[in-house]
Order: sequence, then C-alpha cells, then structure tokens
Amino acid sequence: METITKTSLKDKLIGQYELTKPSFVGDAAIREMAINAFVKQGLPGRKHEEYKYLNFELILKGDYSFSHSHSLAAQQIQSLYLLKDAYVAVFVNGQFNSNLSKLNDLPKGLIICSLPEAFEKHKTIVEQHYAKHADVNADNFIALNTALASDGCFVHVSKGAIIEKPIHLLYISSATENLILNSRNLVVVEENAQVKIVESFEVKDLTSKVVTNASSEIVVMPNAIVDHYKVQNESEQSILINTTQVYQEKQSVFSTVNFTLNGGVVRNNLNIVLGGEYIESHLNGLYLTKNNQQVDNHTLVDHRMPNCNSNELYKGIIDDKSVATFNGKIYVRKDAQKTNAFQSNKNILLSDDGTINTKPQLEIYADDVKCSHGTSTGKLDEDQVFYLRARGLSETSAKKLLMHAFASEVVSTVKIDELRDYLEAEISARFE
Amino acid sequence: MLSIKNLHASIDGKEILRGINLEVKAGEVHAIMGPNGSGKSTLSSVLAGREEYEVTAGEVIFNGKELLELSPEDRAREGVFLAFQYPIEIPGVSNINFLKTALNEIRAYRGLGPIEAKDFLKLVKEKQALVELQGSLANRSVNEGFSGGEKKRNEIFQMAMLEPKLAILDETDSGLDIDALRIVANGVNKLKSPDNATIVITHYQRLLDYIVPDFVHVLYKGQIVKSGTKELALELEEKGYDFIKEEVGA
Repeated sequence: METITKTSLKDKLIGQYELTKPSFVGDAAIREMAINAFVKQGLPGRKHEEYKYLNFELILKGDYSFSHSHSLAAQQIQSLYLLKDAYVAVFVNGQFNSNLSKLNDLPKGLIICSLPEAFEKHKTIVEQHYAKHADVNADNFIALNTALASDGCFVHVSKGAIIEKPIHLLYISSATENLILNSRNLVVVEENAQVKIVESFEVKDLTSKVVTNASSEIVVMPNAIVDHYKVQNESEQSILINTTQVYQEKQSVFSTVNFTLNGGVVRNNLNIVLGGEYIESHLNGLYLTKNNQQVDNHTLVDHRMPNCNSNELYKGIIDDKSVATFNGKIYVRKDAQKTNAFQSNKNILLSDDGTINTKPQLEIYADDVKCSHGTSTGKLDEDQVFYLRARGLSETSAKKLLMHAFASEVVSTVKIDELRDYLEAEISARFE
Repeated sequence: MLSIKNLHASIDGKEILRGINLEVKAGEVHAIMGPNGSGKSTLSSVLAGREEYEVTAGEVIFNGKELLELSPEDRAREGVFLAFQYPIEIPGVSNINFLKTALNEIRAYRGLGPIEAKDFLKLVKEKQALVELQGSLANRSVNEGFSGGEKKRNEIFQMAMLEPKLAILDETDSGLDIDALRIVANGVNKLKSPDNATIVITHYQRLLDYIVPDFVHVLYKGQIVKSGTKELALELEEKGYDFIKEEVGA
C-alpha cells in the first residue's frame, strides 16, 4: 500500500531550522524563541488581518531549497552597482560575497562586514542590538527570519563619524531552482553620526522562483542622521518580503525612500519607533506595478515621546491586473504630546483591471497633536491630458509627462544625485 | 483660413451648437459675443477637439484640412491654439519643459528637428517680455499656484511661444483686472500679423477696446444670430443681450 505524506511548507521551514541549528552563529536563545514564535504563527493565510491582501499560503506554494551557490563575476553585474563611488556589500542568494563587494579603504568610524563576522569580531555591539527591535511575536516573517537568517550585513557608524560616501547593500538573486532566502541586516548609527545607506534587490540570470525574506534593523542614536533607500527591482518570478525595523533615539533624523520598480510579489513592512523627543522621520515610497504584480506596503510610525515630527508620502502607478496595497498606521501614544504626524497616499490607476487597497489607520491617545492623513486614487486627470494635447503633445507623451510629474514628487526626495538619476532613467523607461 | 459650415454639436445628448456658420480669413480678428449658455465655450471646445462633445452635423475646414477629423494634438500642430478660459494646473510639470516638448513635437510634425537649447532660451526670454511674465513663473509648474491674471498671461505666453495660425481666446478677460487685461491684450496685439487670425470669445465688450475686432458676431442659442463690425459690440454693451433676444423673437 502506498501512503502519500505531504509536508507543509511550515513544517519544512521548521525542519530546516532543526537541520541547520548546529551551524548557526549568534545567540541560540534568540533563535529558539524565534522558531517558537514561528511555530505558533506559521505562514500568514488569507484570514490574517495584516496580510489579507496577500495570501502567502498560496503565494508560497511550491518546493524550495534554502541555499544555492552561484558564481557571478563582477563584470556580469556592473549595471547593478548603481553607484560609482560607494562602499558596496554584495550578497548573492543571501550569501555575502567578498569578491564582488567593494569594502576596501573603509574610513575611520565605519564597519561593514557580514553578520557571521560581526558576531565574531564585534560581539558586544551586535548582541546589544540584534533582534532587540524586530519583535518575533509581532510578525510571522520576522519570526522566520530571526530563526533562519544565517547571513546578512552589519553596518556600524561610530559616534560623531560622518560617512560621506553612500553604503550600498546589494542583494542579487541568481538561481535555477526554487529558493527561500532569509537575510538579516543590522545597522547601528551611533550618536551624532551621519550615513547614507542604499539597499537594492536585483536579479541576474534567474530562472526559478526565489522568495527573499529580508529584514533590517536600524538603530539611530541621539542626534544621528540616516538617509535610507530601498530599490526593489527584481523579476516577476520573485517574491520579496522586506522588513525594515527602525528605532530612533532623541533628536535623530531618519529618512527612508522605498522604490518598488519590479517584482512578482513585494511586501514591505516598515516599522519606525520614535523612542525619544525631537525626532524627525520621513517615509516616502513609490511603487510602479504592472501585469499580475502584487505590491503591499505596510508602514507603522510609533510616536512614543513628545515633540516629534513624522511625514509620510507613498505614491503608486498601477497598470494591468496588478494589485497595490497601502496600509499606513500611525500611533500617537499618551505621552507623545506636540506630535506632528502627516501621511498621504496617492495612486494613479491606468487600467480598468488594476486594484488599489488603501487604508490609513491613525490611533491617537494624546490630546495636543497635529495629525492628518489623506488618500486619493484616480485615473490620469483627463483635463490635464487634454490641456497638454491642445498644446501639441501626443496623447502618449502627455501621459508620460504626467506620470513622470506624479512620480517626481517622491524621486526628488532622493539626496544621492547618482541614485536619483538612475531612478529617473528607470522610471522614464517604464513609461516608454 | 477657417470655414465653419452648419456646425451642430451636443454634449450628453443635449444640442448646444445648432448650425454655426463662420468664415475667418488670415489677418482678421473676429469677436464672438453672447450671453451665458449661448454656446461660446462649446464652440471653442469643439474647435480644440474636446472629446466629450459630439459633432452631429457640419464641417470645419482649416487651411484646406478637415479640422474635426484631427486629434487635438494634430490641430495644435496644424496651428490652432486655444487659450483656455480656465487654464489647468499641472503640478510637477515645469512650464518650460512642457513648452519645449510641445514646440519640438510641433516641429517634428512639420518635419523640423528639435530646437537648439540656446535658441529655445532666447525665444523664452523674448516671449516672456511680451506678456510681462516673470522668469520665475516660466520655470514653475504649469499654472500651479498662479493667480488668475498669471494664468491668463501664461496662456498668451504659450501662444507666443507656439506661434499659431489661428488663436482662439476663450473668455480670456474673465477674472482679469484692468492692468492684467491691458497686458494680455497688448501681447495678443503684438502677435497679430497678416498671416494669422484671432477669434476672441467674450461676454463683455471691454476686451474689444483693447483687441479691436474686424468683425463681431453674436451667438445665441447655438447660432450666430447677428454679425457686424466693432460698433455691434458697443451696441450690445449699451442695450444688453435682451435686445438680441427680442430681435430674434425668443
């Protein structure tokens, strides 16, 4: 008699944990806690409130491996470097690749290395912050990532250091078999330091389904200034779950801009905790979706202390049958008086079959605050199109000009010229 | 240059234009006046190619071409310019960028290459002066945050840049104070040549003190019910539109 045993993906992931446990670096107790949290939560299904527009039980169906070594040469990935003059850490299928990285001549006050190396050489700092902010009980994928992540990047900027050149963390998926990858970054920016960090997600010669569950914890200490960018430009076979967990201390400034240019399924969880007074947080995002893509941005701005400002603008252009979701939560806690928190989500729907789900959520427990939110969704403004055509522009170039203008409100917030030029070009090409 | 014959047009099934006939020759200025709801703005919208209007009968020949067969952009490229009654604000699109794109698309249509950057800048400077438009306005987003007067001046600035053969000014005087009106009229007058023509659509006679028409037509219930010279405009101003209504026996 034949028995069919079917192992669920959840069980397989738990099995992978048991299998690789002996080789893990870092704190075993944290991982144990994380896997227990994952056992409890599993993968989010359709009934999960935070994932109701992305049914990951369905999206993740399939058989996966957990690592894949693939050799890439520097000249194959020239176009992915994005910035000519930057400190670059390259990860291929989640594994740090020192040959492709450009980390020579790091300036004083800057550490960039792989996570295993960091656990070895910078144990004290790492253990002080690692998994202290991304809560394994708060999210399925944080739990999974914390349990399984074996590699990633550690960035440390010492007190008072000003890092002029941007840091680029480049993740490349390049595989011929289905993969689930868990990568984990820890960025610690000490008091009064300044740094610019770009995370980009790209593919090269990818012929299979790759699921990247990438998490970053970013700690911004008092008076530090961090400019953070994410460029998500994978393929339609790619699935990216990308968590950015930020903890800000007093008088710090954290700005992040998230660009989703391509990808099959992209889920961003951006959580910012404002843990001190006089903090500034800027969250911007632009997503361009087409075909059957699904892009879901969940943001959480947690105002815990008084006198802080947060400003959020997410914009999307949705085409074909793609689905875009924006869910922006703002908490203003009881002690967070004199908070200014603003949020806006604007979408342009180019097709009749596209879908936009937009949900602002404000929870305010303080009484002396200024908060606002707004959303708008519409087609391109016909009056604007006609006005441009009446001046001689073709319908196509009129629409292109308007979409470009719509996107430029977000693109113009990019402070790295070279990155902004790259994005301008990518976006223009999209509207050809 | 422009020949409108028996033009009928409707919107949402409601007939607004009921047989317009109009001949405009190069070098002429025509004024079209009429009470509210007579079809003045519908006429300009139909000529510019707004898609929500349905032309149910008639034809419009512009320099030998069937104007109504052309897309809005091709009408512009053939040399028709509509100065909007309510110019549209377009945040994020710079005035200059947009005009450069427009000018180059018009040039391409006429088989010309793109304009040289320095020639373009020279042109901008020259035409800005014509409508006393500040340089900073030209560099801002199209009409965004402009005052009413600035928007109208920007329309005439665009007209000056694109050098149309036929300019249709749709209630360009509405919302303009007398100083802005003079500036706008002055700009239009300077652009006048024996080769181009202007149709001025207005409710009031005042604009016609500054842009002196060769012919004045009165539009009422979708038809031109009376035509004459500039004296007709003065008569209308004096007697009001009621006398037209009585004359046509409405």
